[in-house]
Amino acid sequence: MQISNHKDFNAGLLFILLGISTTVLARSYPIGTAAKMGPGYFPFILGFMLTVLGFVISLKSLSKGRGERKRALIRFRPVVFVLSSIGLFGLLLLPLGLLLSTLLLILISSMASDEFKMKVAILNAFVLLIVVLIIFVYFLQFQIPVLPAFLGGRT
Amino acid sequence: MELLSNLALGFQTVISPQNLLYCFLGTMIGTLIGVLPGIGPVQTIAILLPTTFALPPVSALIMLAGIYYGAQYGGSTTSILVNVPGEASSVVTCLDGYQMALQGRAGAALTVSALGSFVAGSFAALLIAILAIPLSELAFKFGPAEYFSLMVFGLIGSIVFASGSPMKAIGMIVLGLLFGVVGTDITSGTQRFSLGIPELADGIGFVPLAMGLFGISQIINSLEQKEKREILKTKIFGFWLNKKDLKEVAPAVARGTLTGSLLGILPGGGGILSSFISYMLEKKVSHNPESFGKGNICGVASPESANNAGAQTSFIPLLTLGIPTNVVMAMMAGAMMIHGIQPGPRVISSNPELFWGVIVSMWVGNLMLVILNLPLIGIWVKLLTVPYRVLYPAILLFCCIGIYSVNNNIFDIWLTAILGFLGYLFIKLECEPAPLILGFVLGPMMEENLRRGMLLSRGDPSIFITRPLSLAFLLMAFAMLIIIAVPAIRRRREDAFGQEREELPKK
Repeated sequence: MQISNHKDFNAGLLFILLGISTTVLARSYPIGTAAKMGPGYFPFILGFMLTVLGFVISLKSLSKGRGERKRALIRFRPVVFVLSSIGLFGLLLLPLGLLLSTLLLILISSMASDEFKMKVAILNAFVLLIVVLIIFVYFLQFQIPVLPAFLGGRT
Repeated sequence: MELLSNLALGFQTVISPQNLLYCFLGTMIGTLIGVLPGIGPVQTIAILLPTTFALPPVSALIMLAGIYYGAQYGGSTTSILVNVPGEASSVVTCLDGYQMALQGRAGAALTVSALGSFVAGSFAALLIAILAIPLSELAFKFGPAEYFSLMVFGLIGSIVFASGSPMKAIGMIVLGLLFGVVGTDITSGTQRFSLGIPELADGIGFVPLAMGLFGISQIINSLEQKEKREILKTKIFGFWLNKKDLKEVAPAVARGTLTGSLLGILPGGGGILSSFISYMLEKKVSHNPESFGKGNICGVASPESANNAGAQTSFIPLLTLGIPTNVVMAMMAGAMMIHGIQPGPRVISSNPELFWGVIVSMWVGNLMLVILNLPLIGIWVKLLTVPYRVLYPAILLFCCIGIYSVNNNIFDIWLTAILGFLGYLFIKLECEPAPLILGFVLGPMMEENLRRGMLLSRGDPSIFITRPLSLAFLLMAFAMLIIIAVPAIRRRREDAFGQEREELPKK
């Protein structure tokens, strides 16, 4: 027996994992009866369904003989730079304010592209800063601190 | 005439300067993102949801609807000129549209797609107006059992025509229902799956989920692919159609409109499916099917009419029954809920100006598109030269600011990043995120109706099959499951999708 479709096999595994953890968690809530369902009833059924589906999907992806057909390739550069730029934006928005965190978001996320050029990224960041100030701060008047907290930055 | 007075109310609503402005903005933004490959209406609506928070609900919905059908227009422009679908529902337009462009008839192809879309859009708007009241009256007769079964039908239906593994799609629905469960249980007040995080007590937000699964994950995925676009260099001219064209095109537009309108109402329907089916239909009824793929004007007219009609009639189940049948409608449902409006049969009576305003705005928006689009083609072509590496940081920025502004909550930004990673995994594992969003939107309603139904029957599940309407929905759902499961039909369904896609050059 070999895995003929890695994508299906892994998707099945993911479903099993999520399914089992929900059933376990759901059992810690009152299940109730069919007529008077408790908060655990619906998620328990769903978790069970998900687990079964996961098993079926994984098992179906096994076959005799030929293996290595479909495999997911993950490239780390885009994942790492895009996600970390968002995470950092969340971390810095309140202490550093909109201006600086926008600058950092654009610079870091730009590095996710293979064709990254510092000059283009900086130019892009400044154009976007102006757009953001006009749209979000001036027109829509979002309640976001613009300047860093240490410069007394409430809008 | 009740219909006329209703439409008059709609016109009054739309004609206000503010709503006209947002209708215009929506259709323009829609066209813009439709033109740009790699970003579609789903992502755009997800990104702009928080921005509409500051608007009155009518303006917000008018704008979001405009984005959806505007994107259908824009997508075809890219298909015809660049041979890359600007948007998923204009994939088939590439086949004949680009060929027409190569033969120097780009102008005619653009005109046909714009006019076809306008005819289809106008017809679909009228159809919504006619069907809305009877359907919503029917919905008032529904008890919890009927609603539950209708939702089962809707969810199963949404995956019948989707490409990819149906088993995984069902898994994604279940996962979506589970995501919808997170947060405080309304009946008992129990915190479910909130993992001790106080921000999760209100549940997973619709905006972070939609943006994570459709915005962020798509960006990461697009960055992995090399970007290649070749824009047609020749000047575009000859927008006028000759008599022979018109004679050929008129019935094709009519067929496309009808196919699209019908498929849009069904669960899982909407722009994408409509354009595929109508293209196949057009090939079947044509006198010379071998000319398709070589620049047959009907191969542009029919699917372009169909996708616009389908995009609009898919509002019918949402506005009358409260059931979103595709992802964009799930987004619209999310938008309505953010504004405190529960989608469903009550919308017509409780917010008539909203309901009729949105419908009339579709017609007005389509008119704007026809008038503005053709003269603006030059600008859209210019836009295609903006490289993705400049575009995506801007998209990210709008996402982040938008998410934060919904609840002034930093946690939502992190949640979006996490869900974005999850969405990226889903893409890698070929699990479509669309069924998950549908499940998420319907989850809480489904649980409530299940609970109420079982309470009424004192725990006897036969209530779902003894009530005739409920039984009918379940039987239809079951029939669709069989359609998916039978290997012969399944293969044909894959062929239908595969064949047309293979004829396209690799993106």
